[in-house]
This record gives sequence, C-alpha cells and structure tokens, in this order.
Amino acid sequence: MLEFINGDVACAEGAIAAGCRFFGGYPITPSTEIAERMALRLPQVGGAFMQMEDELASIMCVLGASWAGKKAMTATSGPGFSLMQESIGLAAMTETPCVIVDVQRAGPSTGLPTLVAQGDVMQSRFGSHGDYRTIVLAPANAQEMYDLTIRAFNLSERFRTPVIVLSDEVCGHITSGVDLREKVDIENRKKPGSSECLPFKADEDLIPPMAVAGEGYRFHVTGLTHNEKGYPVTSAEVQQALVTRLVDKVEKRKGEIVDAEFFMLDDADMCVIAYGSEAGSAKKAVKMAREKGIKAGLLRPKVLWPLGNFEDYVKDMKKVLVVELNSGQFYSDAKCWNRNTKLLGGYGGELHRPDDILKVMEVF
Amino acid sequence: MSMKSWQNQRGFLFLKEERCKGCGFCIDLCPKKVLRQSEVMNAKGYHPPELYDVEGCIMCDICTEICPDFAIYRYRSKERGKNA
Amino acid sequence: MVPQEHPLEQLLRSDRMPHIWCPGCGLGTDLGCYLRALSGMDLDKVAFVSGIGCSGRAAGYVAVDSFHVTHGRGIPFAIGLKVANPELTVTVWGGDGDIFAIGGNHFIHAARRNIELNVICINNAIYGMTGGQVAPSTPLRAKTTTTPYGNYEHPFNFSYMAAASGATYVARWTTAHTKELTKSMREALEWKGFSFIEVISMCPTTFGRRNGFADGLEMLKDMKARSEVKNFPDLEDTDIGEKIVVGKFVEKEKRSYLEEVKQWR
Repeated sequence: MLEFINGDVACAEGAIAAGCRFFGGYPITPSTEIAERMALRLPQVGGAFMQMEDELASIMCVLGASWAGKKAMTATSGPGFSLMQESIGLAAMTETPCVIVDVQRAGPSTGLPTLVAQGDVMQSRFGSHGDYRTIVLAPANAQEMYDLTIRAFNLSERFRTPVIVLSDEVCGHITSGVDLREKVDIENRKKPGSSECLPFKADEDLIPPMAVAGEGYRFHVTGLTHNEKGYPVTSAEVQQALVTRLVDKVEKRKGEIVDAEFFMLDDADMCVIAYGSEAGSAKKAVKMAREKGIKAGLLRPKVLWPLGNFEDYVKDMKKVLVVELNSGQFYSDAKCWNRNTKLLGGYGGELHRPDDILKVMEVF
Repeated sequence: MSMKSWQNQRGFLFLKEERCKGCGFCIDLCPKKVLRQSEVMNAKGYHPPELYDVEGCIMCDICTEICPDFAIYRYRSKERGKNA
Repeated sequence: MVPQEHPLEQLLRSDRMPHIWCPGCGLGTDLGCYLRALSGMDLDKVAFVSGIGCSGRAAGYVAVDSFHVTHGRGIPFAIGLKVANPELTVTVWGGDGDIFAIGGNHFIHAARRNIELNVICINNAIYGMTGGQVAPSTPLRAKTTTTPYGNYEHPFNFSYMAAASGATYVARWTTAHTKELTKSMREALEWKGFSFIEVISMCPTTFGRRNGFADGLEMLKDMKARSEVKNFPDLEDTDIGEKIVVGKFVEKEKRSYLEEVKQWR
C-alpha cells in the first residue's frame, strides 16, 4: 500500500507494523509527528500512548512497558536524547528491548530546532556512561524510516538491547511515497522455559531468554552489576563477565546486524561514504562525478554501530571522502581504513549540496 | 544459621541470631519486658536478644512486627491447631 | 509441626538476607509492614519498583517481580508496567531524595493522572546511602554533611504535596506505627487510583548521630512520642515540626487514569 507521508509518520507506521504497542514520548521538533501519529494509531490497534512529563519519564515508561511484555518505543531529538542517556544505559545493563528514535537537529544545546544535522552520531554510540554497545540504524529517506524502524524492533527483540533509529530533520520531514508493506517479518524475544531458570543466564547465542512481569517468575532486575540470577554483586569478576557478554553479544554477532548500500563501487577508485539524508546529496554527486569521468562510488552504511567491516571495500581505494553533517564523528573511525581519507563535514542547518560535494571530489 | 527457640504454653518464639543487628527495638518495645540482650555475640559482632522469662511471654507479635531484620518471630500454639 | 521459618520468609529473597540496612534503620520494619500487607494477594501479579538509595535496595529483597532502576525514575518505569499490563498491582518504593528531589516531577504528574500506582515514600529526612547529605525533607537547621552550619532550607510536606497534586489516597505513619501502617499499605495496594503513603522513618547512622540522637531506638521512641493521630486533618496543619501528624489524610472518589482511558478510547 503506497501512502504519501513524511518520514516521521512512516516511522510510526513501521513501529505499528513491527508490533509496537506502547509509546511514551515528549514533544520535540523535529520528531513530534511520530508522537502525534502514535497517539492516533495506537488506540486503534489496542496499544497505549502516553505523553509523559519529560524525556526522562518517556524512556523509563518505555522500559517498564517492555518488561510488561510489550514492544515499546519513544521518539525525540537531540536535547531529549541527551536526557534519555542515563536510562539507555539502564536498558543496556538490564537487557531491555526498546527502540529510541532520534530525529537529529542542529546542536549543541537548542541549536537549530527545525534544521538538519548529524551531530548525535557519537552520542548514539557512547552516550551513556560505562561500557556497552547499542545498535544504531541510519535511515536515508521516508521509506527507510518505515523499513528500518521495523528492523530496529526485530533487532532489539533478538539482541535484548536498546536499538536507536538515528534519523534527521530532512529524513523525518520530507514527504514522499512510502510502501507500507503489508507483509513484514516480525521477531519476538525468546521466552524462558521453566521458572527455575536463571533470568540473566545467557544461552549459547549470548542472549538470556526474557521473562516478563506478571508471569510468575518473580525475577529481580537491577542496574547494578548482577550475576546470572539477577542479584547485585559487588565484584570485579562479575563485572568482567557481565559487561564482556553485553559487548560481545553485539560485537561478535555484528554480521547479523551490519548493512550498507554499495553504489557504483565495483570499478571505483574514489569512495564517498555518507549516511542518512546526506547520502542523497552524495549519491547525486557520485553520478555527476561519473559524468565527468571521475570513477566514484558510494558506500552508505544503513547501520552505523556496531561498526561494519567496511575496510575491505575501502582499503584499496585511491581516495576516500566522508561526507557528514558533523565535525567527523563517523570519519574518526573511517579514516583508519584508508590512509588517503578526507572529511567534508559541517555543523548542520542545511544539507551539503551535490555541487559542493562534487567540487571537493574534483580537487581531491 | 543458628536458630534459637523458646516454648511456652502459648507458643514458640524463634530467633535467627545471625540476622540480628542488636538494635534493641524488641527488647524495649516488649510489653512484658521479658527480653534482654544476651551475652552471645553473632558473626557480625552484635548481641542478639534472649527470652529470659519464658513463661512471661504472651506471644503478642510486637517484637516480630518491629524487628527490622526479620530475625525474631513468634508462632502461636492456637495457630498450630488451626493449621494442623 | 511447628513451622520454623519467619512468617514473611516466602515473601523475602532469603538468600539475600541479612539486608544491607544499618542497625536501628527503619527500613526493615517498614518493609515488614509492606510484606504483611501483601499477604493473601496474588503475588505473581505484584510488581515492585524502586529507584536508588537505601530505600531503593528494597526491590532486591522482595520475592515478587522486582525492578531496581535509575535514580528518581521508579514512577515512570512503574507507569509503563501498569499501562502495558493493567492486571499488575504496582508498588513504587523510594526514599525522600529519590521520589521528591530527583524524581519530584514524576511524582506530581503521576498523582495528577490519578494513575493506579501505590507509591510508598520512606522519609528519613536524609540522603543515607551517600553518607548523610541534606534532603528536601531535612528539618530547618538540622546538621548534615552538606549543611555543616545547619540547614537553611525549608522542608517539603510530602503528604500535602501529594494531595495537592491529585493523589486520591494519602496516609502518613511513622515506623513505630506498624499495625496502622500495614493496614494503610493494604488499602493503598487495593486502591483504584494513585495512592501515596509517607512513612516517617529513622536513619540513626547519618541523621541521628549528627542531631543529638544516641541510636535508632531513641529516634523511634521520639517519633512515636511526637506523633498525633488525626484522620482527614486540614493539610496545612500537617507540616512536620514538634508534632508529627499521622493518620489517613485523603480518601476520595475520582476516576482513575485507566478508567478514563477505557471511557474515551
């Protein structure tokens, strides 16, 4: 079913298609349309929408709903995303499936509330204190707001971890035809067998099955370092075992997670790396460069974190150009893959224009 | 865990000595003043109470309710009859 | 056969006893009252949520589905649980700092919604876990580690604040009132709407010893002596001073959040 909707609305529809039945949020530009759509749609499918008093409450009621067995989501932008960080760490520590959508705007602070930027790339990766791994998806258009939101729910259920949909103002606000696919693959969290099982003992896939409240397991969940029973333990040994697993369950299985678009890279000697709505400009610039005889291609990560093994695609290129709307938050990793890597960064407010990208490519 | 118990016609008084932190609430609030601090020292270094006047205990539950450490508790004989 | 176990043993995570609370702390007694109030309820459908601090550790000792979450955020987490599964009876247990300082905004909004939560605040007038800093309930002029010259700030009256924010059941007791507290806790657990219980409790280790009390027992007896039972008093007269007014403060009919949702969806 093709609908003419903006990316934020597509995101909400994707969530509903994925089985999301709880949304807690707080209005913030440019993500508000997601909350508005969820407020309209969730009651129609037997779900619950709550507008909370702030983003601290928004993320926490989402975690609560997840522990009551519902797929749950919140949506926000930079300032709200900052407020949520402590509890995103709690979600990682307690292995709570949930989806957080960050429709980025220009910062720091209040910045440019209505204009695009990509300044939250590192915050989405390491925003909370301590060591943990999140999964961060970067949609580039309204269609991907739908598709990647569904994928975000599936990944969060499979890996029992918070998954962040890192969108941006352009991606959220541009209206286009979106195929609201009627047939979508849905994944659900593993359930434990007997009530005797240890609630935080992982199977071989590094993920513990998840009991939910009200089923009679009478488990304990804590943000403190805990053993397999879920009980707090103050010891370096238990900390080592727990955090190692939290990191490994994402890092060691990242082959299941990582995804990217490769455009005209087969014969290329210049690779442009871009993601999110910046990738639209970059793709156009690559096409223009080809017309001028520059053998360019585009690598567009759809998953930013965990970091894919893109080195194989990039290391033999003559030139690599990372285009992003920040001061090099993805570039800082990408530059390790190839000695001749440059950054076309920015601080947001507007996308890079294809002409401007092309100019940099021409003089690289 | 070391468990002490005292019995009279009204029932039993139990004490999990290792849980006691010696706050003295039970001793002070006992309406019959039949508890006192014992000479025993538990693993954490506290002196748990003892029921020194066994017959004087009326098994009233006040020590059970006020004990912050779930250490002292009574069991009334008539309840035993009810459960049996 | 005479049962050898404590009557509340089935409700406790026995393998975690003894608990971490200090000698003379009121928290264990308050928790005992709560566990007694739970007796006879379907424990599989009870969820217990707490935030951070000494009070926050209670979640680790109650043998129901229990959640020990971020500081001050017990209430919104509990809202998620309750709204996502209305079958659950959800208790939020926290200290004065957790619920009324860092989590104060969540408290007033939850009360405003009259959402079906049972919030219990153990008010010992101090930040105990971090060693005794001034709290929003610390009496004026009291000595704490961050008010070495005495507290300059006026304390909150939590029960009045709960009522003003829309809570439909409010009661206040002290740790010394075990029977009354247990009864109120049971009423609060069964209340259809937002219920709030303030428990005036004692921290001998970080509050008492800096403010002229020898131990927890002396504090317990002092608060009992200062208590005056008044049901449905004028809430303006319930500030904690020389007297501690205790009793059932509010009990009123008002449609709850989930009833409103059902009505209008």
